[in-house]
Amino acid sequence: MKQQQFEQLHCEQWALLSHDLEKLAKYKAQLDAHAVVNFPQLYRQVCQHLAIARDRHYTPALIERLNRLVLDGHQYLYVNRSPLLTRIVEFIAYGFPRAVRANWGVVLISTLCFFGSLIGMTFLVYLYDDNAYYLLTQGQLRQVEAMYKPTASHWGQPREADSDLYMFGFYIRHNISIGFQTFASGLFFAVGSIFYLLFNGLYIGSIAGHLINKGYNEPFFSFVAGHSAFELTAIMLAGAAGLKLGFALLAPKRDSRLQALQHAAQSIVPLIYGFFTLFLLAAFIEAYWSSNALLNPDFKYGVGITLWIITLLYLSFAGRTYAD
Amino acid sequence: MPLLDTYYAMETPEGIELELRVAGVMVRSAAWVIDLVMRLLLYFICIYAFSWLHNVGWGIISILVFMLEWFYPVLFEVYFHGASIGKRTMKIKVVHDNGTPVGWSASLIRNLLRAVDFLPFFYGLGLISMLSNRQFKRLGDLSAGTIVIYHNPEHEELAEFPTTESAPMNLPLTLQEQKAIINFAQRAPNLATERAQELAEIVSPLTGVDKSNAVMQLYRLANGLIGRQ
Repeated sequence: MKQQQFEQLHCEQWALLSHDLEKLAKYKAQLDAHAVVNFPQLYRQVCQHLAIARDRHYTPALIERLNRLVLDGHQYLYVNRSPLLTRIVEFIAYGFPRAVRANWGVVLISTLCFFGSLIGMTFLVYLYDDNAYYLLTQGQLRQVEAMYKPTASHWGQPREADSDLYMFGFYIRHNISIGFQTFASGLFFAVGSIFYLLFNGLYIGSIAGHLINKGYNEPFFSFVAGHSAFELTAIMLAGAAGLKLGFALLAPKRDSRLQALQHAAQSIVPLIYGFFTLFLLAAFIEAYWSSNALLNPDFKYGVGITLWIITLLYLSFAGRTYAD
Repeated sequence: MPLLDTYYAMETPEGIELELRVAGVMVRSAAWVIDLVMRLLLYFICIYAFSWLHNVGWGIISILVFMLEWFYPVLFEVYFHGASIGKRTMKIKVVHDNGTPVGWSASLIRNLLRAVDFLPFFYGLGLISMLSNRQFKRLGDLSAGTIVIYHNPEHEELAEFPTTESAPMNLPLTLQEQKAIINFAQRAPNLATERAQELAEIVSPLTGVDKSNAVMQLYRLANGLIGRQ
């Protein structure tokens, strides 16, 4: 068939498809019911026309025109449309805890790196206080002491509501950026994530050990108890997600390194949403609950321990009853 | 398809190959600079709008700046057809490797890993990565399985060539030779008259002895080849 005939035969369908596509390109546009039903068939016919046009070496102008029609159509036919709210509910109900368990290997390594260094350093500094100076300067330690000094003037005073919001903003920006760094640097063959996990663990451990030695246990632990479950778990998960990327590059198994990296990236997306959410919750608690000095410290310990238990139970058992 | 080119062919579920034009380093840098300016503007607007609220204001500003830092590209890519303001201006956009519109997961990964691409300074790793693969992917693109393409291929729209009466072919031509004639007819209107003339005279066995009419003769042959009467 000559090109001229071919064009005459099909130009109506092409016009129809490009009419539909123009409509769809407008923001929040809808096709009428009839057009929606016919769209896939119309699109696939034009796909076939493109294949034929290429095979018969019709003019580049025609081929390009059809290629553009098909490319635009492809975008609309294969867009992912599952509703956001359902996905969020599913994610909380089982998506997130399942993803954590599915990646148990890196979660375990990350836990050992982070909580191991944190607890270990706390003990080391507790036994011999000068160990704290390996990571922190004297000035930094003084600052920390001033913050948790039981006799300090700010202690026991209710903070103004507006400074709660200020601190909320600060915690979000500061903490989540650390989380994202811990995650992203894992792409360097896992070295970056391990570094950040160890560094943060040792840093927090130094401060905790030092404050225990100073006898500031109560202000310090009653402050951190509330948000510790969410925040520390979030850092650990950010590290785990980074490790997964790094290990995919180090040991790609049967895939090419690129494929392994892409598979790993796919599998850790729930972890990213998860640690992000945990950081948000932690920042909220830290700004509005932990800082409230009027509450009984024992009550704050109780809440902190309860949150730890809930977090562990949730990550270990939520979503187990669903079978795929 | 020529070997040295920025085409990326992708097979669709319909079993046909789609051609995408991959966006290179320069156009993406330009888009990034536009986005940077936009973001700075937004920072200033935030600070201007909220700083009079003192502590509350600065709390809100921190949150907004954080959102802009990490999620500005994600929100645009997911909700505005794969293009942030800079990308839209430069007529490029992000799609999955299989040509479908970019979703939350892929967009989140490619933009969080921006932090790695940025190292050691000013997108050093990203640049090396983009220059060492054929699809100009930075590390974030490689991991997320995304690709940045031209939205409207910006090379000049190929015009259908001038319609004239057709002429019969007096020589048997191979497919390649027929295509060459059609391509010539399509491009000739954009060439200088002398250059078109010069090119047409190369195929004197087809155009005949009358050299002044060579270009016209090729148009006629091309019209004949695609079946115009």
